[in-house]
Amino acid sequence: MNALRLLLLFFRLGAMNEVQYRANFWIQLVRTAMNLGFALFAVFIVYEQTTHLNGWTMPELVVLMGVWTLMGGLVGVVVQPSMEKLIEDVREGTLDFCLTKPEDAQILVSLSQVKVWRLLDVLVGPIVIALALAHMGKATGWQESIAFAVTLLSGSIILYSFWLMLSTVSFWFIRIDNILMIFHSMYDAARWPISIYPGWMQAMLTFLVPVAFAVTVPAGALVGRLPLHWLVGTIVLAALLLALSRWFWKVGLRHYSGASA
Amino acid sequence: MSRGFGDIYLTLFGLELSVMFQYRAAVVIWLLGLVLQPVVYMVVWLRVAEAKGGKVGDFDAGSIVAYFLVMMLVNHATFTWHMFEMGWRVRSGFYNAILVQPLHPWHRDVLANVAYKVLALGVILPVAALLAWYFEPTLQPPLWAVAAFVPAVILAFFTRFLFEWALGLLAFWITDTSGLNNLYMAFILIFSGRLAPLDLLPPILQTIAAWSPFEWMVAFPVELLLGRLTPEQTMHGLAMQVLWIAIGFAVMQLTWVRASSRYSAVGA
Repeated sequence: MNALRLLLLFFRLGAMNEVQYRANFWIQLVRTAMNLGFALFAVFIVYEQTTHLNGWTMPELVVLMGVWTLMGGLVGVVVQPSMEKLIEDVREGTLDFCLTKPEDAQILVSLSQVKVWRLLDVLVGPIVIALALAHMGKATGWQESIAFAVTLLSGSIILYSFWLMLSTVSFWFIRIDNILMIFHSMYDAARWPISIYPGWMQAMLTFLVPVAFAVTVPAGALVGRLPLHWLVGTIVLAALLLALSRWFWKVGLRHYSGASA
Repeated sequence: MSRGFGDIYLTLFGLELSVMFQYRAAVVIWLLGLVLQPVVYMVVWLRVAEAKGGKVGDFDAGSIVAYFLVMMLVNHATFTWHMFEMGWRVRSGFYNAILVQPLHPWHRDVLANVAYKVLALGVILPVAALLAWYFEPTLQPPLWAVAAFVPAVILAFFTRFLFEWALGLLAFWITDTSGLNNLYMAFILIFSGRLAPLDLLPPILQTIAAWSPFEWMVAFPVELLLGRLTPEQTMHGLAMQVLWIAIGFAVMQLTWVRASSRYSAVGA
């Protein structure tokens, strides 16, 4: 609950900070429209030639694009900006300010930056999903809805834990801002169902950079294409990674030497 | 005339090469996107071909793989990143140091670009070989096409470089050019044949591509090496490249003159 209170607080701070730059809203609006437009265009070009892509129909793939946009937004609102700040703070030594505060340091660094305008992606994603589902004309049962909610939450936790572990590496290797680019390249691959890729690529997108759990799994759950053992596996992995990243963060923190040392 | 152009070029090239070597980890990380994106679209089109019983358009599995692997290499040879740097250069006052040099700054950027690519070849060639071994492309170009491929790639590089450099110069007028750059990236992805071979796009988009510089930046050399072009089409393509380079050079020069006279230095 404490984390939630802090999240709201940082959210207000971030919002107050961002409304100073109102032009950024329009920039983000154009960016969101462009990203989504391009993603849908690619789907359109592909389904011009075929009716099924590895079993996925066009509306199902649009659902996947919606999840992709939503998840990208969630990462972009708070996870990525906060982690970029963390990496910079470690390099500059300004992490001191955070460590001296009487709150759990991991929670503080994980919420420290909020890019409010990125919420647009978080809003547009569900709209795309809803439109695609309506187009399919198939009622979504409560099992699918619950599975979607659970996998969405697990997927976010997995992505967050991954980012935290990646950023924690900066306690040992100071210059790692480029590593973050790896995530973006991989996340781009996640806008198609993971099952279309050859085995070694699936393994990469599942275990090396776990974007499969963030996009394909929730989208699959929603359209009823997710085997039960994947559902269970996703929840277990989320719990495991959350614990692992917490442990890794604590180990990393012990390596932090501060600004003046 | 104290020193020739060649001397300057050689010195600057050595300099840029050592700068790149300093950032060798970043060089490899950048490559990931350049490699992954063509592989993703290759797999997507392979699946489409599978769903249609082996062929999409007149591409079978082997030629889809060949198309995207050659495209990966051509894209690597022709891409530039200077438009993303230009905003920072203007804001930070980095241009102060460049403007006092008695050399048009684009020379230096060309050399930095070539230095990066020479260094990156050490990674991208083995990767391409591995991918070729795994996905098994079919590639049997006629000899004349292989010969024409070399000038086509070089001309493609200059076409792309000039337009992207001119685009980057807009940073002298607009503080945040990332939106414009993204828009450009979307266009080039569609119209240069990186999303799909141009033959698979709706006819209207194919026409737009042929009348834009984009087709000649990537798609043309790729299709040439795949043996999909007649000698007449090849001559037409090379002519289009020369034409667009002339236009691009004029645009770049005009923008540069205006941009540099508009520049007010930031910093000390």
